[in-house]
Amino acid sequence: MNAPAKDGTKEISGGASSDADRNVERNVEREDSDRNNSARNNSARTNLVFDNPDKTYLDSNELIINMGPQHPATHGVLRVILKLDGEKVLGTECVIGYLHRGVEKIAENRTYTMFNPYVDRMDYVAAVSNGLGYCEAVEKLMNVEAPPRAKYIRVILAELNRIASHQLWLGTHALDIGAMTPLFYTFRDREEILKIFEKYCGARLTTHAFRIGGCQYETYAGFEKEVKNFLNFVAPKIDEYEALLTSNRIWIERTKNVGVISAAEAIALGVTGPVLRASGVKWDLRKAQPYAAYSDFEFEIPVGTNGDTYDRYLVRMAEMRQSLRIIEQAVERIPEGPIMAKVPKVIKPPVGEIYHSIESPKGELGYFIVSDGSTQPYRLRVRPPSFVNLQALDIMVRGLLVADVVAVIGTIDIVLGEVDR
Amino acid sequence: MPVPWTSPLVEKYRSQYGSALEGLTYLGQNYLAVDRALIPNILRLLRDEERFDYCVDITAVHYPKREGQFDVVWILYSFSRNERVRVKTQIADGASIPSSVSIWQTANWLEREVFDMFGIQFDGHPDLKRILMPDGWKGFPLRKDYGILQQDKEWVQINLGIESGQ
Repeated sequence: MNAPAKDGTKEISGGASSDADRNVERNVEREDSDRNNSARNNSARTNLVFDNPDKTYLDSNELIINMGPQHPATHGVLRVILKLDGEKVLGTECVIGYLHRGVEKIAENRTYTMFNPYVDRMDYVAAVSNGLGYCEAVEKLMNVEAPPRAKYIRVILAELNRIASHQLWLGTHALDIGAMTPLFYTFRDREEILKIFEKYCGARLTTHAFRIGGCQYETYAGFEKEVKNFLNFVAPKIDEYEALLTSNRIWIERTKNVGVISAAEAIALGVTGPVLRASGVKWDLRKAQPYAAYSDFEFEIPVGTNGDTYDRYLVRMAEMRQSLRIIEQAVERIPEGPIMAKVPKVIKPPVGEIYHSIESPKGELGYFIVSDGSTQPYRLRVRPPSFVNLQALDIMVRGLLVADVVAVIGTIDIVLGEVDR
Repeated sequence: MPVPWTSPLVEKYRSQYGSALEGLTYLGQNYLAVDRALIPNILRLLRDEERFDYCVDITAVHYPKREGQFDVVWILYSFSRNERVRVKTQIADGASIPSSVSIWQTANWLEREVFDMFGIQFDGHPDLKRILMPDGWKGFPLRKDYGILQQDKEWVQINLGIESGQ
């Protein structure tokens, strides 16, 4: 292999202690706001040089500190290197990969059926969405379609999972910012969703609910009734979360105008999901390129205007209500019939390649599968929304305070299992 | 099997580049198989002229028996057209390819991941280094000649202080 050699060192060696630049002349005339702007304009294009701390006009040294990988507010094992001027963030660098399990490599060594449970372990708080995307991608590659009843079951479970994912996000995000009550509220109510999952397929988190070609399990007796009960139960609960936070002075102070990202920046960075919509881009794959049975239902795409943390909160709250609408329609109209399409026992898609993506709770989750006609994928690439969205962290936190970094990490809604795969 | 893809877009670029570019479609999904020399011009044109403003993904596929061992794949999406297109090109092992970070900022991490997993060099990338694997790791895990149980023993022994990661 004449592959390029890799320089193994990270550019953080100097750290805060480097006094080499003691003699840099003071930039007294540099205005505070200028500094913010220039930091922002250069963001994502320039990379931080960590070993040359610059002297600021306040004559304090720039500081490089390390947040994570063991930090409760990083939602897993994310390490963020922060370059600070006092409390102000000049730039960040994310170090990821601590949870890398080589999912794409594993896929090449498993059959299509065997790989199905693995996808649940990527975004483990929205396992149903992962499975839905994977099964639909393989179905597309084989040119089969799941029967209507299976599609409805898929929509119901995927939307329940979206609510569960948003609830978990809200609880932990609010906890990071200092509001402890929402965590207990959301986890209490999320439990009801997990109970439905458990009754349907036996698992609460890594559900493996779907199979290539449809669903493995028929709904249990009383499924529709339980889902309807849940809808009636959770709708006032969402109002309760909003009562706690939406007009809460502290919440507003901590989230308004924090972590702003414009629509143009978001598109350039490939950001999708609620983060993109909160910046005012009305784009949702469920509407733009409907999959499963989403074209049958009426629902709105909630959008924000400012692209700040508060708007992302509002968008996700509205999304939960829209999910309830979708589930309600799906449960009402769920058709009778088979739940499994005719697929061979041994799954052998013809030679070819496919890209299929769905709107997971975090954004566009895509699968790019190359088949060589055998029982195992020749190459399986996952396009993870968390990984791509996390790249926007740097542009979102420049110029903010350290405490806001915690808020912004929370608001992007990352799951490290999916970032690292 | 893929069939030729006829569209004004393909016509336009074929008249410009001739046989260096081929439009194909499979299972309703369109892609352009282009010559390595057209990268990054074709990507820039697709963004500027055809409004493919969102780079969904950049990835690669390894075919060790082929002369151009790697397929590099860009998956693009246009918000205004609500349309996807893939761009594919072949490059040899050890060859490099121009970076598209100046076209889509999102390419930064995506290209780093392709480099990390396949060892493909992207010229002009601002900070091409490993992203998921540890910095000092030897080998590129998603190449076909990298076994599933294979590991960088030396790295594991030095950094983890254990005999083997298995």
